[in-house]
Amino acid sequence: MASICSVLPELLCKFPAIDEGMIRLARKTIDDGFKGFVRSYGDAIDTVVQPLQWFLNYLESLFVSSPWIVILALMVAIVYFGSRNIGITIGTAVSMIFIGLVGLWNDTMITLAMVTVCTLISILIGIPIGILMARSERVQAVVNPILDVMQTMPSFVYLIPVVMIFGIGKVPGLIAVVIYAVPPMIRLTNLGIRLVDKEVLEAADAFGSSTWQKLKNVQMPLALPTIMAGINQTIMMSLAMVVVASMIGVGGLGKNVLQAIANQFFTVGFLNGFALVGIAIIFDRTSQAFGKRLQKHSEVIHG
Amino acid sequence: MASHAIEVKNLYKIFGPRGGDFVDAVKKGMGKAELNEEHGHVLGLQDINISMPAGGVMVVMGLSGSGKSTLIRHINRLIDPTAGEVLYDGVDVCKMNDNDLREFRRHKTAMVFQKFALLPHRTVLDNTVYGLEIQGIERKESEKRARGWIERVGLKGFENHFPNQLSGGMQQRVGLARALTNDADILLMDEAYSALDPLIRVDMQTVLLDLQKELKKTVVFITHDLDEALRLGDKIAILRDGRVVQQGTGQEIVLSPADDYITAFVKEVNRGRVINVETIMRPLSGNAEGVPLVTGTVLESAARTMTASRVGVAHVVDENGRPIGALDLSAVISAMVTPVSHEDRAAA
Repeated sequence: MASICSVLPELLCKFPAIDEGMIRLARKTIDDGFKGFVRSYGDAIDTVVQPLQWFLNYLESLFVSSPWIVILALMVAIVYFGSRNIGITIGTAVSMIFIGLVGLWNDTMITLAMVTVCTLISILIGIPIGILMARSERVQAVVNPILDVMQTMPSFVYLIPVVMIFGIGKVPGLIAVVIYAVPPMIRLTNLGIRLVDKEVLEAADAFGSSTWQKLKNVQMPLALPTIMAGINQTIMMSLAMVVVASMIGVGGLGKNVLQAIANQFFTVGFLNGFALVGIAIIFDRTSQAFGKRLQKHSEVIHG
Repeated sequence: MASHAIEVKNLYKIFGPRGGDFVDAVKKGMGKAELNEEHGHVLGLQDINISMPAGGVMVVMGLSGSGKSTLIRHINRLIDPTAGEVLYDGVDVCKMNDNDLREFRRHKTAMVFQKFALLPHRTVLDNTVYGLEIQGIERKESEKRARGWIERVGLKGFENHFPNQLSGGMQQRVGLARALTNDADILLMDEAYSALDPLIRVDMQTVLLDLQKELKKTVVFITHDLDEALRLGDKIAILRDGRVVQQGTGQEIVLSPADDYITAFVKEVNRGRVINVETIMRPLSGNAEGVPLVTGTVLESAARTMTASRVGVAHVVDENGRPIGALDLSAVISAMVTPVSHEDRAAA
């Protein structure tokens, strides 16, 4: 290398970085600006997200304080009516009982509450944005790169501004999880609507459907399998992210994992890890079976 | 509810971002190939003038790429024209605003599609009520009407099946029931039967003809099959490269094809089922002899009647039984055979 550099001018050999003073100044300006923003608007933002805090606390206390047998019965019922599959139902009961036996019931409930809220919010945000994206090329051109950044930016990095604005606690954790989990929801809603058969859309037009009627009667129902896949992905990503979010004060299984890492508690780490895997599989299988059941009409009975 | 005629006047469609800029050039004679190669625009339709009979079946025939599907989509404006008018009941469909157009589509038109275009997640019944649902008609009422049409097209008992559970022919019956339930004046059928087996196709043609006898809707039927066109059409327009080559009744087209292109088509047609006795009869001289044949009888059944009653001559009578002409068996047979001149022209 050095030999090549001896013939090249220095400018081409050593990258001409902006000098450190400049960078320091820029960094300081941006950081101070952001801090100033947080100082002046922090309270307002806190007020806006307050309902999230209430909802999260309410759901968490509901899950934690209800007798375990009620929760278990409820879960089994939901899984059964969602999937109509005995295997998945039994699997759910067995894994939940196992989780309870190893003393992780409360932590699991906290995580469940968190994932439920995150998934609901992701769906609420993701589907409308996905619809807008499918309707307009321009919106798609703007949103797509944002989603790319959201998905590839290391989650630890965007924990920084979240913590600066909201401090440490459940709500910042929730926001971090939603940022991480919402992109597949948006992308797959967009994709699902764009893949709807053009002929069927034309028929809807020919009968004089309004935009809303087309969306309600044709696009959403036909995009549903893809949207269900999006919901499934969102749940999985929420579960993965609650562990990372435990670094900024989210309780539950993730917190135990974090402690196990810090103290090299091999067994505790894996027990909590397996509890997360258990919930993930329950969610995954149930939502997939539910999605498949919604598509019963597509089974070709006539050859 | 009388149906009105549809008038298509000077209709041009040029596909591409600046289609409007080339209308004048096309009017001055720029061809499809030149427009495509030099300007990157596709000539869809040029100078279409068709008057579609009220309460009758208008067939638009052409091979793929002739612009027939583009043409039918102008009638309910699924495609916007580059220039020209589509008049229904004195109103230009092409000038309607969004709201009027939606109302027009809801109440005046119904469409049947080549690939059925049914909603896969809805049952036969729910598909059939679709048009009425869009109009905001009460479910109970629309269901009643839908059930009636489902029965008429022969699908009783399949109301709760999903489209995927039905064969192609049955799916198209659903498409037809969906269109008829809409109770619109105009019925647009875009190659509605082209995807069906030959036998089922004939079957469905019969269904349409039977229904049309009592409904008297203004039907626009697109097909690439001349036999189908001749069987269904009160009037036929033949399209080629986005231009009308010939229009008229089936008989007119079979007896005097406008050019070699149409001659080649007509050559394969069963003329005995198209040409009527009054077309080939000669003036009555003296007394009416042989068996009577009512006007409108096609040659094939005339020949059958004459051979069955073992006579070589017949006379043609009008609806009131008054004799108006005469013909003999040899004239019938020679008219049924494809003329040598057509064979030559097609071979040339």
